[in-house]
Amino acid sequence: MALYSEKVMDHFLHPRNVGVIEDADGIGEVGNAKCGDIMKIYLKIDNDIITDVKFETFGCGSAIASSSMATELIKGKPLSEAMELTNKAVAEALDGLPAHKMHCSVLAEEAIQKALEDYQSKQEKK
Amino acid sequence: MIYADNAATTKMSQAAIDKMVSLMNDTYGNPSSLYRFGQKAKEALEEARETVASVIGAEPREILFTSGGSEADNQAIRSAALLGKEKGKTHIVSTKFEHHAVLHTLAKLEKEGFTVTYLDVHEDGLVRPEEVEAAITEETALVTIMYANNEIGTIQPISEIGRICREKKVLFHTDAVQAIGHLPINVVEQNIDMLSASGHKFHGPKGTGFLYARKGIKLSNLIEGGAQERGKRAGTENVPAIASMAVALKEAADKMEQTSAYLTEKRNKLIDGLSKIEHSALNGDAEKRLPSNVNFCFEGIEGESLLLLLDEKGIAASSGSACTSGSLDPSHVLLAIGRVHDVAHGSLRLSIGEDVTDEDIDYMVKSVGEVVAYLRGFSPIWRDLQAGKKQFIL
Repeated sequence: MALYSEKVMDHFLHPRNVGVIEDADGIGEVGNAKCGDIMKIYLKIDNDIITDVKFETFGCGSAIASSSMATELIKGKPLSEAMELTNKAVAEALDGLPAHKMHCSVLAEEAIQKALEDYQSKQEKK
Repeated sequence: MIYADNAATTKMSQAAIDKMVSLMNDTYGNPSSLYRFGQKAKEALEEARETVASVIGAEPREILFTSGGSEADNQAIRSAALLGKEKGKTHIVSTKFEHHAVLHTLAKLEKEGFTVTYLDVHEDGLVRPEEVEAAITEETALVTIMYANNEIGTIQPISEIGRICREKKVLFHTDAVQAIGHLPINVVEQNIDMLSASGHKFHGPKGTGFLYARKGIKLSNLIEGGAQERGKRAGTENVPAIASMAVALKEAADKMEQTSAYLTEKRNKLIDGLSKIEHSALNGDAEKRLPSNVNFCFEGIEGESLLLLLDEKGIAASSGSACTSGSLDPSHVLLAIGRVHDVAHGSLRLSIGEDVTDEDIDYMVKSVGEVVAYLRGFSPIWRDLQAGKKQFIL
């Protein structure tokens, strides 16, 4: 048996939405190098719709796959829907993660929440 | 596939497999039985004991067969601790980067009232004999220091430590799991009182190992029961596997010089190639290391994803990252040589075998370079390092 599901391996080997958005409307970074996982999410938002999303991740296979899947789940979606994204939904979309890797999906949820908060606080300042 | 994880386990030698199968087929008697068919198994067992003893310069009666290195470590340390306690000595000297079979046994003894000095292994991954000497007190019951480290391959000054312990009249145990069959060992010349070994690290079968204990050292049992192994390790002996281990050890010892020269050349080539990857560093001393061991840290990436991508390229390797160690912390060995967490997560161990070719080395250098560059390409840490927001460590 393999360590990860086929879906996890697919998203790890062929991550979607990798990269940076230079003029991002919201950026969220979570984790730290000490624990071995850092995720950074960049959002482009137009009319309350997430028109583009990119990620950068330092971490294990499931951290990279979780970032990739999470970006897929929110791309093109309204903000209200993105705000409700849970780590469980990310893990389920990946056909499950090993128990000791569930924290990777939590990081993905937190990174997106943080990017959304960043967007909102920037809006309030405008 | 290029199998570059020989420090984890090795492929069995054909001669060892043949020996095992032949004994399973023809010599399945119980060595404790008195009829000839049982005594034939007893002969095979004692022949294996003689072979193992001769390779390390010991006497056959000083060899106790175990299930592996971990059991041997446990029994050696427990026995020495008990002997010390009987004389009121409850101090043990060890190092920060021992195998967990040693560290966890010591942690248990600490709970039972022993005190343990864990010596520093410095940036080069080497214990200093003078620091061993300084750590020994009137209360010291045992010094236990590994022969060669399993992660970074550094070879410890065992002969000097042995001499110091003998002068100070303190028992000296060494976990030689990574060294035996790969480095010349003589327990008499090196003043080693106890030594642990594991069969599957030198092309023998898994589930085999032995403990050498100099005659006169009273061992205590981990397993109580029958009178096997001079009453010190109960349970019917796994004769086919033990005999197979002895064949593998003899084979490794006989060709040690040539294997060592071959591997050292390939290892150095691999080290040279990987050193060209920017912001990388070799872990452990470049010279005083096992001929098979290469261990690097690459800044800005994480080890598990590195291993998975190398697996996709047909390379089987190992890492000391938290995700591969099953805990939140990276390898205690890398932390012991002063690598900070950020960098220790990005480690790679390649332990090559004697079937490795120059083409394999070139392919590994190329593949590791590609994978490291790919992962750095979307690592937020690497971006910060490149942008000057963070300082490079390596």
